[in-house]
Amino acid sequence: MRDLLELTPEGLYCPQGDFHVDPWRRVPRAVITHAHADHARAGCDRYLCSSAGKLVLRSRIGAGSPIDTLRFRESVSFNGVRVSLHPAGHLLGSAQVRIEHGGLTWVVSGDYKLQADPTCEPFEHVECDVFVSESTFGLPVYRWQEPEGIAAEINAWWRANRDAGRTSVLLAYSLGKAQRLAAMVDPSIGPIMAHGAVMKLVEAYRSSGVRLPPIDRVPPRARRVGDGRGLVIAPPSVLGGSWLRLFGESSVALASGWMMLRGVRRRRGFEKGFAVSDHADFPGLLTAIDASRAGRVLVTHGFSEPLARFLRETRGLDATVLPTRFTGESSPDAAEKAEGEAVDDDPETLTEAVEADADFGIGEPS
Amino acid sequence: MKRFTDLYWRLDATTSTNEKVAALRDYFATAPHADAACALAVLSGGRQMRSVSSGLLREWAAAATGLPAWMVEECYAHVGDLAETLALLLPDPSAAGEGDGASLADVMQTTIHDLRGASEERKREVVAGVWGRLAPRERIVWHKLLTGGCRVGVSKTLVARALAEVAGVDQAVMAHRLMGDAVADGAAFARLLDPAPTDADSRRPYPFFLASALERSTVGEVAEDLGPLAEWQAEWKWDGMRAQIVRRGGDATVWSRGEELVSDAFPEIAAAAARLPPGTVLDGELLAVREGTLLGFGSLSKRAGRVRVTKKILEEIPCLFVAYDQLEAGGEDLRDRPLAERREMLERLVTTPFDATPAGFPAEAGRLFLSPLVIADSWDGLAGLRAGSRARGVEGLMLKRRNSPYGVGRTRGDWWKWKIEPLEIDAVLLYAQAGHGRRAGLHSDYTLGLWQDGRLVTVAKAYSGLSDDEIVEIDRIVRATTLEKHGPVRICQPTLVMQLAFEGVARSTRHKSGLAVRFPRIVRWRRDKEPAEAGTLADLERMIDAGR
Ligand SMILES: [Zn+2]
Ligand SMILES: [Zn+2]
Repeated sequence: MRDLLELTPEGLYCPQGDFHVDPWRRVPRAVITHAHADHARAGCDRYLCSSAGKLVLRSRIGAGSPIDTLRFRESVSFNGVRVSLHPAGHLLGSAQVRIEHGGLTWVVSGDYKLQADPTCEPFEHVECDVFVSESTFGLPVYRWQEPEGIAAEINAWWRANRDAGRTSVLLAYSLGKAQRLAAMVDPSIGPIMAHGAVMKLVEAYRSSGVRLPPIDRVPPRARRVGDGRGLVIAPPSVLGGSWLRLFGESSVALASGWMMLRGVRRRRGFEKGFAVSDHADFPGLLTAIDASRAGRVLVTHGFSEPLARFLRETRGLDATVLPTRFTGESSPDAAEKAEGEAVDDDPETLTEAVEADADFGIGEPS
Repeated sequence: MKRFTDLYWRLDATTSTNEKVAALRDYFATAPHADAACALAVLSGGRQMRSVSSGLLREWAAAATGLPAWMVEECYAHVGDLAETLALLLPDPSAAGEGDGASLADVMQTTIHDLRGASEERKREVVAGVWGRLAPRERIVWHKLLTGGCRVGVSKTLVARALAEVAGVDQAVMAHRLMGDAVADGAAFARLLDPAPTDADSRRPYPFFLASALERSTVGEVAEDLGPLAEWQAEWKWDGMRAQIVRRGGDATVWSRGEELVSDAFPEIAAAAARLPPGTVLDGELLAVREGTLLGFGSLSKRAGRVRVTKKILEEIPCLFVAYDQLEAGGEDLRDRPLAERREMLERLVTTPFDATPAGFPAEAGRLFLSPLVIADSWDGLAGLRAGSRARGVEGLMLKRRNSPYGVGRTRGDWWKWKIEPLEIDAVLLYAQAGHGRRAGLHSDYTLGLWQDGRLVTVAKAYSGLSDDEIVEIDRIVRATTLEKHGPVRICQPTLVMQLAFEGVARSTRHKSGLAVRFPRIVRWRRDKEPAEAGTLADLERMIDAGR
């Protein structure tokens, strides 16, 4: 019997319902888990996403293609295949796609996290037969601190910088992480500012009804900004350019799950790093996989080999690697590499965006 | 333990020299002396004995976390640092908090030193106890202490500077005091901080003056950078072990550059040194020479590593000392006098030059020799002599400014190494392994191969001398072209060509290729070359003669 979802050169495809989930190429109908560039490509004929994520998706793919939406847990049928969306907790509107047909249920979870996040709907456990899971941080060395603890650390760093008259620059991915951080910090410490790339999405979040503290846009052609009291949230792509000089004396920190590793932080030259991620940590991945009660798990996007083996050996699950177009294991170094305006990339998963589609084949996992 | 943990993380969090010195100063000024002595030993990077093997720790960590052993290995390969891997993997301590409040000295004694020679069960019990007690940020430091790899990126100079500030003495005095016997306990640390000169100063060597490599090395560039040849003294650069002979009072001692007393490892040198007039300090090189052949650094370190040197070793690896500088005469410190003057005094004291031609190697004429000058009337002439270095078994030339004083540490400008160019060959990357420390998690150690009969045969394992960006890029290619994984080692499709540099080639039965290269390192990524264009084993074999 054919699987409900198959891997094709365009990505995951449901032959019975004739739609793709997070396709890598232009397809007639794309069901999108979330708006990060490694999941949402522009140029498809029609999109389907959660109503909460519509504005964000629109800001990423531009005008043109129609976007259909579903409220969470609401379902639609494509040629007898029932499709519904459920919160993934990754960022505003991020969804797990539940697909049911002929008595079998698949869930494609996209990127997800179980930690609390004031800017999006909490992850929902959905039972299924086959669970497609990411594994960006799929090694047991990755265990996140509680968000309150991280927020306290960031606040303490900001406060110390403010007292020393230094601007605090917090580098974070402009979609999702930046807004989450803005909502996490204590706005009574000082003014919050953001890079234009972050601001665009702050507006999309606000228009979608997410409450965020007051944030000022850093003017595009300013000469000198702030008085050393503020917190500036910017994408990592500003590193190495002259933009950071706007703030005079500053302390620069990166907010990324990879900051868990001292070696990575040192290599990347950050004096300060905050291990905060919108992906599940290792215990989070196991919790979600266990709660899905799936007998078959397809692991993708990260440390898929070790996680799949771990699931086979410790849980007896039928766990295998689902190859992705984004090669092999995520690497902490390629993560935030600035490729022009890096607003398009999910820094924690995108390791290598293969530009030309032509000769890309899906083979055995390498 | 908490105080030292704080110091560790404070040093870790900054790249500024001043902030590092401040952190060290704060620590040494406030820590109990016994703790400070332990900390000093750790910071000086003194060889710390491993009391528990890394393999056992990983095994116990697997048991303590309930993870399969392969998963612990997978994590270690990704993190690249055992102490950190363990700290991240182990469950949080049952009694949450900042450890048990024990002092660093106590912790070192009861959980590290006492484990040496203890039974495996005892070790496991102690380690499990610590795991249950220490907070994660303390655990990583403790693991580093335990496994003997506690590098915190502070040089001896910085430590000396901080201690000098605490003691209120000159930095040079402190550097001098820090050489020699390890600061073993609190009393010794207190003596270190004594503002008055101490008795034990008498056997100490001087801080070594170190040469820097020339930035530009063609004859024209060297002439341009260094000026008239007449201002320079040239000598061979020996492939030996840097050492000082200190003859003061009743005895003579031999000190290695690692600031270790090595008299016991080189008794024949110490005996010869005892015949020098009291109040003499010589700087020079220990060389191993047997039957007219220089044995090279490897043999010397075999000697230096011995606690007791047997008669057999003395015969197998006979050593001598080639003196190139005199730092003290009649008890007077000569270091501020110009080199030319010191050289004259040295030549009067040590009269037999060590002739670095195979025919000139001395048999058993004595143990102390003079490093001969290499004389030429022009930079071109000198370059011609330098070209013959490999045949003489030396690494090139040393250039020392004739009017320079004997400096401290690696002060640039007066002493230069003008090494010969390495041998090179283009080789294909076959296996890659994740690196450690700063390169943790990146595949930066490569095994390279050359062609033979249409197949690639491995010839060398080399650390990458590439830029961080290149390593990141190669890491990605390695991951994408992996054919097989064996633990941390990936076997890759042969797609990458590297320019491999090395100092010599010799036949070897231990290597599959039958050849062994000396000091291999990767100097460049040849993006312009296809694997098919890489060198062959026959090419390498031809270099055996060139390397002679
Ligand atoms: Zn994402
Ligand atoms: Zn992703």
